[in-house]
Amino acid sequence: MRTLTIAISLLVVLMIYGLYKRSQAILSFQPWNELLLSSTWRPFKGEFGFFSFIMGTIWVTTTAIIIAIPFSLMTAIYLSEYASSRIRRLIMPWIDLLAGIPSVIYGIWGILFIVPLVRNYLAPLFNINCTGYSVLAGSIVLAIMIFPFIINVLIEVFQTIPVQMKEASTALGATQWETIKFVVLKKAAPGIVAVSMLGIARAFGETMAVLMLTGNVATPPQNIFSPAYPLPALIANNYGELLTIPLYDSALLFASLVLLVVVLFFNILSKIILIKIEKN
Amino acid sequence: METNNKAHISVRKLNIFYEKKQILFDINIDIPKNKITAIIGPSGCGKTTLLRSFNKLVENNTEVKLSGQIFVDDEDIFDPKTEITLLRKKMGLLFQRPYPLPMSIYDNVAYGPRIHGIKKKKELNQIVEYYLKEAGLWNEVADRLHDPASRLSLGQQQRLCLARGLAVKPEIVLCDEPTSALDPQSSQHIENKFKELKGKYTIVLVTHLLPQAMRLADYVIFLYMGKIIECNSAQHFFNEPKEKLTQDYLHGMIC
Amino acid sequence: MLKKRKTEEKIFKTIMIFCTLLIIIILFLILISILLRGFSSLNFAMITQTPKGGYYLGKEGGILNAILGSICLAGGATLLAMCISIPVAAYLTVFKQKGKFLPFMTRFALDVLWGIPSIVYGAFAFIVMLFLGLKASLLSGIIAIALVELPIMTRSIDEVMKSVPEELKEASLALGANELETTYVAIKQCIPGIVTSVLIAFGRGIGDAAAVMFTAGFSDYLPTSLFDPVATLPLAIFFQLNTPFVEVQNRAYASAFVLTMIILMTCWLSRILTKWFDKFIIK
Repeated sequence: MRTLTIAISLLVVLMIYGLYKRSQAILSFQPWNELLLSSTWRPFKGEFGFFSFIMGTIWVTTTAIIIAIPFSLMTAIYLSEYASSRIRRLIMPWIDLLAGIPSVIYGIWGILFIVPLVRNYLAPLFNINCTGYSVLAGSIVLAIMIFPFIINVLIEVFQTIPVQMKEASTALGATQWETIKFVVLKKAAPGIVAVSMLGIARAFGETMAVLMLTGNVATPPQNIFSPAYPLPALIANNYGELLTIPLYDSALLFASLVLLVVVLFFNILSKIILIKIEKN
Repeated sequence: METNNKAHISVRKLNIFYEKKQILFDINIDIPKNKITAIIGPSGCGKTTLLRSFNKLVENNTEVKLSGQIFVDDEDIFDPKTEITLLRKKMGLLFQRPYPLPMSIYDNVAYGPRIHGIKKKKELNQIVEYYLKEAGLWNEVADRLHDPASRLSLGQQQRLCLARGLAVKPEIVLCDEPTSALDPQSSQHIENKFKELKGKYTIVLVTHLLPQAMRLADYVIFLYMGKIIECNSAQHFFNEPKEKLTQDYLHGMIC
Repeated sequence: MLKKRKTEEKIFKTIMIFCTLLIIIILFLILISILLRGFSSLNFAMITQTPKGGYYLGKEGGILNAILGSICLAGGATLLAMCISIPVAAYLTVFKQKGKFLPFMTRFALDVLWGIPSIVYGAFAFIVMLFLGLKASLLSGIIAIALVELPIMTRSIDEVMKSVPEELKEASLALGANELETTYVAIKQCIPGIVTSVLIAFGRGIGDAAAVMFTAGFSDYLPTSLFDPVATLPLAIFFQLNTPFVEVQNRAYASAFVLTMIILMTCWLSRILTKWFDKFIIK
């Protein structure tokens, strides 16, 4: 049993090693900074520039977090500070059910509802013509997908704030909202930062839903109504050609490695913050 | 009950239940104005619950049910028309363990006044200085007002909480065993402050330390298992206790 | 002044309730639209037949291959993950540790693993697949999905086992049992929690498309061997949706309906089993 446990701890290391090894082929072909910063993507000609995809991922992820955090924050504050425990117990299972819905189903629903929403209602507001398959469509659905996760962590963070501190504020005559504004949110600020990073990490790696909703055009997006081609979508879309075009498999595995490293970075950073909070 | 002054807080037929279990039984008391009233009794007999019912903090917990009336300055605090935040402004609360707010020393004291509408920097500066002096903390923190309050020692934090509570100009100060977490020196400091403040404020002190009650109280209420056993002026209470239970408690036979 | 403060509170409270309700409404919107749209396209043939020639062009057949394929794949992966999760979780909570390092490191590693996207697991499983000389097959898919399910399952079983009261373990050890036997006692106490964790992981595994893309391949036939490619529901949905034929797209919705129903039933099953097992545990 001990060996198994140790093996699990080292799994991440093994994954990084494995992916790195398979990326060697393309790394020796093109230097890594060119791979990351060039937006020329012509695999048939042997030109692999991931910049458009990286930008696509950044656009979609950032927009998703910008949408998700305010909504999740408001919901988490309500459920943690205002709602009675009965209401909370009633609502939480449904929010958790959102987390159980597979990515592919979100994708379908996005095509049914969100893409038309963007095309027919949101884009015309800005006088933009758009097919609906865009950064925005992907971000909206992505935000919905990460809601349950962010809400759960936020509620946990709020519960670590000592009741007496809130009572001290209330005893001075503050309204509950003022207590939340000046005491709860202040104390929870590092936790909110940590959860945003966790959210970014989750959104970064999401594959199926963005694949179906962002249009998959290999240029960096201009605005949220442009199509985008996030990195995970690239990897998933081209698995068929994986072994037919030379260096393609190495390139896509390199992309996976980049994805892994970025996700690890955000995850570990936020974990460190959360551990520090728990210690306090 | 004998009181010389008009009662600041009057409690009539108060019963409090927590999750179907009754904590307080038919409480009828008057808290005199501008005196120190000590509520004493063994641990777990409901003293804190009684104290927290005065500023309606006890109702924050949804499992609590109560019946009865509490009048502060003849105003019924359970009347839906009573504005809770203004009621609480009238009362300061000192907890057992100090809980400074997550901000600087200055902001802690200025928190209450700011919330209630005072925005001018000059006014706030005056308020902060005045009340830190009232609490006996000014000399120790005057040069580091903007440091986080969490850096102060426990005794200093409790005095900070006192300053913070006084800064909203309450009329009543509710204290829940305010010195039990402090070292003897800080405890004495706080006790001396209470003696100084009592002419200006009504102080209600919950304590399980009999000697403390004897040192400070003008008026004593003895609570046992949620029921009022005896209440009287301090002199009469400690020298000529009427009830047997009181006598037993004073002689240390019930803890 | 007071009025302003109260109004501000009222405004924010309204916003909060609105956000909460919005999320719940979205949930129901998703479930209901998939169920309605899918159900209307569903027919008996779809769930009992495999695709006949030209299925993706609108001809006859069904998705039985995908349904059974998914169940076999997710089932196998869940079993494989259980064989690793339960021992590891038990080791972390029951066995005496020489220091605090290994449990901390492992739990940290599990938290990190939990956050890794399933497509990266798919890519890694692809490497393992090539390394072992396998081609796209049921077995490769099982490995990939087991990797995805591992952190989820281990973390939640760990939580469950941590909640076993210390006294129970001590009582067992005091009676002379060794750590392995104590583990059995602890596991029995945790069975409802373990069942829930396993079922949640299963639900996650069956819905995943990204990890199986590289590894399980696709097939129009029922799963017969570990070493042949296998169809999965999420991929079936994806492929059917991507055709230009409306008839086939409707089938995608029907397949989505089937997948959603399987997942909902898994949730429901876990609740029932938990209630049933509650009889046997000590409170």
